[in-house]
Amino acid sequence: MNEELLRLENLSIDYKVKDGYLSAVNDVNCVINKGEVFAIVGESGCGKSTVAHSIMNLLPGGNEEISGKIIFKGKDLRECTRQEMEAIRGKEIGMIFQNPLDSLNPVYKVGDQMAEAILLDKVDKQEAWNRVIKLFKDVKMPDAEERVNSFPHELSGGMRQRVMIAMMLSRNPELLIADEPTTALDVTIEAQILQIMKDLKDKFNTAIMLITHNFGLVAEIADKIGIMYAGEMIESGDVFEIFAHPTHPYTQLLMQALPSKTKAEGRLKTIDGSVPRITEKKPGCRFANRCPYAKEICLNENPEAVFVGEGHYCRCHMVGKEEK
Amino acid sequence: MSTNTKNSKFKETVYECWKNKNFMIGFVILLSVILIALFADFIAPYDYAQQNVGPRFGKPSGDFWFGTDELGRDIFSRVVYGSRIALWVAFLGGSLQLVIGVAVGLACGFFGKWVDRVLSFMTDLTWCIPGTILALAVVTLIGKGLTNTVIAISLVAWASYARTVRAKTLSLKNMAFVETGKAFGESNFSLMVRYILPNIIPSLIVMVSLNLPGTIMSTTTLSFLGLGSQPPSPDWGLAISKGIENITRAPWLSIFPGLALVYTTFGFNLLGEGLRDLLDPHMKSQ
Repeated sequence: MNEELLRLENLSIDYKVKDGYLSAVNDVNCVINKGEVFAIVGESGCGKSTVAHSIMNLLPGGNEEISGKIIFKGKDLRECTRQEMEAIRGKEIGMIFQNPLDSLNPVYKVGDQMAEAILLDKVDKQEAWNRVIKLFKDVKMPDAEERVNSFPHELSGGMRQRVMIAMMLSRNPELLIADEPTTALDVTIEAQILQIMKDLKDKFNTAIMLITHNFGLVAEIADKIGIMYAGEMIESGDVFEIFAHPTHPYTQLLMQALPSKTKAEGRLKTIDGSVPRITEKKPGCRFANRCPYAKEICLNENPEAVFVGEGHYCRCHMVGKEEK
Repeated sequence: MSTNTKNSKFKETVYECWKNKNFMIGFVILLSVILIALFADFIAPYDYAQQNVGPRFGKPSGDFWFGTDELGRDIFSRVVYGSRIALWVAFLGGSLQLVIGVAVGLACGFFGKWVDRVLSFMTDLTWCIPGTILALAVVTLIGKGLTNTVIAISLVAWASYARTVRAKTLSLKNMAFVETGKAFGESNFSLMVRYILPNIIPSLIVMVSLNLPGTIMSTTTLSFLGLGSQPPSPDWGLAISKGIENITRAPWLSIFPGLALVYTTFGFNLLGEGLRDLLDPHMKSQ
């Protein structure tokens, strides 16, 4: 169970922009084991998707600088050739995207699109077609036999996301990267998609990297969680541990900002200030300008990730040194 | 079950084609041209090169529908055989231009960077040299004759395809479905040919329909200048240019090949327009 599948080591990604560098991701470390769901949570623009895309080597290319290691099954993906990467994509690491509405090729019928992915595994056409229909049923596509003959624009958003998941399932990857898979969908569909992912995890022992800003989703499915803020993974660890004892001030404030079912308290809590734009490598904690506990050291020195408990790390000067 | 649905889909497609008047008229015109070209031997009453079958400069009559030319050849037979040449020019020219233009455009748009710089520069280069002059130069280099003329024209005329394909590729390659394809392990070649290209085809078809008449016309121009088809070829362009000398005395020498040219060109244009509407996947659901 605890076999390591993916490890990010000191992953940093900088974008070259007009006025220097935009540090999109800074020094991210994490480990995903087989059959584990690792959720990356953070607000918009904190670098979640950039991390996900960098694993697949899908960043636009040209103006980013990556450092650190992305180790998948003991091999650094950043050193893979293009052919090796093509073999890994889809087959070993699958990915589903935020926006299912235009993730499918508009000129092919969805069944044909999927059959093609299956045909990559050298099976005959009839067999591939049967598997397409079976997979459509697996993802609970209503009216599967008919729907395989549809064009993407004839399907609803939820159906298209199911097609995406079915396509991904057809290759049966060991790691699934789900980049906000349910953001564009309504809550009932979200629950169904979630169930499909859970089944996947149970049935095939697939590891899932779930990128989301929805804590409900995390609580539902994740084993481990990494919270990102302004390109840094400020806290990571077991999901129950972090929900129960958030140590980083940002996590704490985030938890307080969640609407609670039990109490009606009027306005929801918010975190004052906004995410800084990191164009130069300034010293200091990136959360310092919004942190209620910020001290002088926080402005001058970027904290290292410190060990808090079993697999629980936190990037804060206040943690581990003194009690607040 | 599946054959049944396929059958009804087919019927649906036929019905949609039937409804599209542009397509149907263009289709019928081109079909007639193709049939005439195929069965020229049966349709034409005389051999196109046979001289003195009638009087010199004979007016159109019951025996010679389109009249006869300065050597007493039957113009109707020559127009009928000329359709073969026009279609050959359209086919060869069109495919050559498409192959070069699409390959260059896709490579430019997809790879970007230095590939784009170099190939775009070459594309722009063909724009800044007058087409006919360049074609003249190429023909002089590789020799006279119809096929060489078409090759020369194609070597000049692919740029418009390349530009369109490049622009479309640039916008398509950032679409989510291309990224999805990439995430599913598709190779660059497959992304270009199976993801991007099919989405460009509707615009390409319109371009082909507009460019093919141009290709036929350019070939005609070179034939007019004496570099394309050589006598006694029944080439329409050659016939028009020969007829010019006698346009006041015997206008039918130029008029009938000209009408044939207009008819064919018109057919290509209508077919292209119709196909554009039919091939757009978003139109299918309506």
